[in-house]
Amino acid sequence: MIEKTITVTVNGEVHTRTVKVHRTLLEFIREDLYLTGTKEGCNEGECGGCTILFDGKPLNSCMMLAMEADGHDILTVEGLEKDGKLHPLQEAFIEVGAVQCGFCTPGMLLSAKACLDEFPDASEDRIRKEIEGNICRCTGYNRIVQAIQVAAEKMRQDTLIVNKP
Amino acid sequence: MSASTTIPAESLVGKSLTRVGGRDRVTGAQRYIADIKLDGALHVKLVTLPVGHARIISIDTSLALQVTGVSCVITAADLKQPVPRFGPSFNDRPVLAVDEVKYYGEPVAAVAAEDEDSAEEAARLVQVEYEELPGVYSVERALASDAPLVQAPSLRGNNPLAHTNIINEWKLDWGNVDTAKADLVLENTYTFPMISHFAIEPFAFMASAKDGGITVWSPIQHPFVMQRIIAHVTDLPLSAVRIIAPDPGGSFGGKAYPKFEPLLALMALKTGRPVRLVLNLEESFQASRRASNQVWVRSGFDHQGMLVFQDIRADFMLGAYVDIGDRVVSKAAYTAAGPYRNPNARILARSLFSHTTPSTAFRGFGVPQVSWAIESQINQAAEKLGLDGLEIRLRNVAHKGELVIPGGTPADGHWEQTLQKAADAIDWGTPLPSGRGRGLSMGMKPSATVLSSNVLARLHMDGSLSLLMGTSDMGQGARTVFVQLAASELEVPPEKVQITMGDTSIVPFDSSTSASRSTVFMGNAVRLACQDVMRKLKEIATEQYGVAQGEIQIFGGKLHFAGRSLPYTTVLKDYFGPGRGEIIGLGTTRARFEPEHPLGGNPAFWELVAVGCEAEVDTTTGEITIHKLATVTDVGKAINPQQVETQDAGAAIMGLGHTLMEHLMLDDHGRLRNAGALDYRIPTIKDMPGSLHSGLVENQDGPGPFGAKGAGESGILSISGAVGAAVSQATGVIIRDLPLTPERVWLALQDKANINPSAIHSKSLDHDSGVHQLADGLK
Repeated sequence: MIEKTITVTVNGEVHTRTVKVHRTLLEFIREDLYLTGTKEGCNEGECGGCTILFDGKPLNSCMMLAMEADGHDILTVEGLEKDGKLHPLQEAFIEVGAVQCGFCTPGMLLSAKACLDEFPDASEDRIRKEIEGNICRCTGYNRIVQAIQVAAEKMRQDTLIVNKP
Repeated sequence: MSASTTIPAESLVGKSLTRVGGRDRVTGAQRYIADIKLDGALHVKLVTLPVGHARIISIDTSLALQVTGVSCVITAADLKQPVPRFGPSFNDRPVLAVDEVKYYGEPVAAVAAEDEDSAEEAARLVQVEYEELPGVYSVERALASDAPLVQAPSLRGNNPLAHTNIINEWKLDWGNVDTAKADLVLENTYTFPMISHFAIEPFAFMASAKDGGITVWSPIQHPFVMQRIIAHVTDLPLSAVRIIAPDPGGSFGGKAYPKFEPLLALMALKTGRPVRLVLNLEESFQASRRASNQVWVRSGFDHQGMLVFQDIRADFMLGAYVDIGDRVVSKAAYTAAGPYRNPNARILARSLFSHTTPSTAFRGFGVPQVSWAIESQINQAAEKLGLDGLEIRLRNVAHKGELVIPGGTPADGHWEQTLQKAADAIDWGTPLPSGRGRGLSMGMKPSATVLSSNVLARLHMDGSLSLLMGTSDMGQGARTVFVQLAASELEVPPEKVQITMGDTSIVPFDSSTSASRSTVFMGNAVRLACQDVMRKLKEIATEQYGVAQGEIQIFGGKLHFAGRSLPYTTVLKDYFGPGRGEIIGLGTTRARFEPEHPLGGNPAFWELVAVGCEAEVDTTTGEITIHKLATVTDVGKAINPQQVETQDAGAAIMGLGHTLMEHLMLDDHGRLRNAGALDYRIPTIKDMPGSLHSGLVENQDGPGPFGAKGAGESGILSISGAVGAAVSQATGVIIRDLPLTPERVWLALQDKANINPSAIHSKSLDHDSGVHQLADGLK
């Protein structure tokens, strides 16, 4: 079995591991790093359950090999919470009722974060477009969109406070 | 059930507390089965055949066994003989295929290896010699006189239908359909496709044998059904069978009953090693589905639109094994005539075997399949009689206290209010934008019948509370509701209430998390358990302080007597001594089993919904755009309004899925052609209606806590009927087969245009107005 040694930054922590070349990034995250918040749904890049941020961009981690992530920066759902404080998106998902079974939630949160990182003033249409690759079977989506809007507003307010002279 | 319905002063009831368990779900800390590591576990891979029906000639495992890391390859021959069979209603499903494969995806062997790669490689190397046999892949074939028998008659006991593919016939008959005189008779046939649950979490199971017992991990909705079945296949006593059931990542009925857990249990016992099986999504598609059906219905109305009779024949295509499918059909039959005053009805619903994946419970439990037909009939009658979808239903819907089925539970709510609210939500009666249509429908589902539920409530010395119960929280938010009920009852802060579920070795018996029953039946049990705690608090206070029980009052989290007010903690400390003891309360609810009743007893409540839809059709592509979708549900009382509304919204969108796009397709060999997320479309955010309204009717007239009725399934019951009517009004074509895919709509539009080229854009529905109207022939 051919193997390769890779160094990847995940949630700010540097990991150097030897992986089989056919190991997917999703398997690497879930099984080698035991960060099981990233979910395997369809394993064919359709459901979005395995969405991570790869150098800040959303990516289906089931569709990439672990060795391709060598030298790159990854954010998983476990990295959203900072110093015991939830990310505004996480808070809003709970508050608005955007979570039911929760299986799609990690991927949904990361797609939402990518959206708001790029478009802090994202319109509802923009939000809908940016999360269209994430499937949810429980909620009917509206609460998810609403939660992202609530988080966006909170993040804009926080930015205003930080930027006050 | 005798939980009182007095609302405590500081009630949390009716407030939208945020989801208990929400934090773990947004941080990735929530552990679903596939996230749990079992040290030393062998990975299992199933070996299946690329056909739906075959005779197994031989299985050669020698090559597979040579793969490094393979521990064993199990076939039916390696199991105890006869091979154990199981099922929730009949023990008809073998743990591994015996002699024959009866559906695409049925395992003929299972490989166990040290890692997944080796298991997969070895599974490919198991060589199965087989002969494909003619299969039963449709209702027509199941009923054909020359069809192969799916199930061996020897396994069907004395059943008079044993030599047919008919599993069972459910018959209801009241009044006299044959002599009833109607002014308008509509006779049509409708079909509803096979649907995948498509929970985003694929199936995953584990098992481990230790100390003469067995532990099985499963995302099962009904852990105690699983326990009974594992005990049955392993010959172990219930006390030696432990089911650990972490929260499912979505279930919708798909994870209600055992799949491969019995196999894993036997493999764990045989190998002495823990075993683990995680299915991929394609395999999950092959493991569960909703039954398709075909409904022939003849409906009679008088000239005022009053229902005169309903004559209904529904054939449900179940799979190779009964699973819970026949119960699904019984409930569909029971409610087939809808929430209306039906003076005469004759209903025959048949459950049929086929060489397909066993169909199982699915949100709505048979009702969406019959509702599509009956609601479409009513919409067509309205049009022919010059009424509208609201008026005809207002004339027929049962009023509170009126019977919908002789001897059954009467209408238990003001259903006409529910209907009116749904109509209002889509602006019924206002001018319709050009090219659009509107439709209404209603749906009615019986609650759980025979059942029992238990709750243990442990009031700890620090005043916090633990609840132990067998409900599964699969996203519906059961924990949150129970925390609200317990915190209200005992007046303790909700953050001090902890709930333990999902472990049969810890929690007391509960029959199931199904039929929207938990808020009502387990909710009542929670309140009773808390009341038992309070009764015991009074008992120990009497003993400790020498005060008569009648003089003690409990409110505000304290005992009040003789001018004193003592918090629970003080009473516990005084009675047991510091740091010792707790009070344990028990709450039990039960519904008796009535063997002569088709459902085992009358339902405690009806789950009742009205749906409104406004839709537009692109006549060049056949694509439907849903501008407005509204469901209004009679929930009696929403314990947590946010959760009820989000359940209804999710159910409505799931219903939109089977209405517009979802259908499992088989090829001539019985193989699923569209398993998986690429080929099986479910609604994405792009398929959402322009507006989605989830309304509630709360008259506090249900049997649950504070007048609650069950919720969570109603939203899916009758989406199709309302959408179908809106499409029909927008286009002038009537389609009677689901889903309403662009292709199907476009073809129907072409047929219509060929008959009458001007009809497509005509908004008026001036069909030929023959009073005795037979099938329109658009299939």
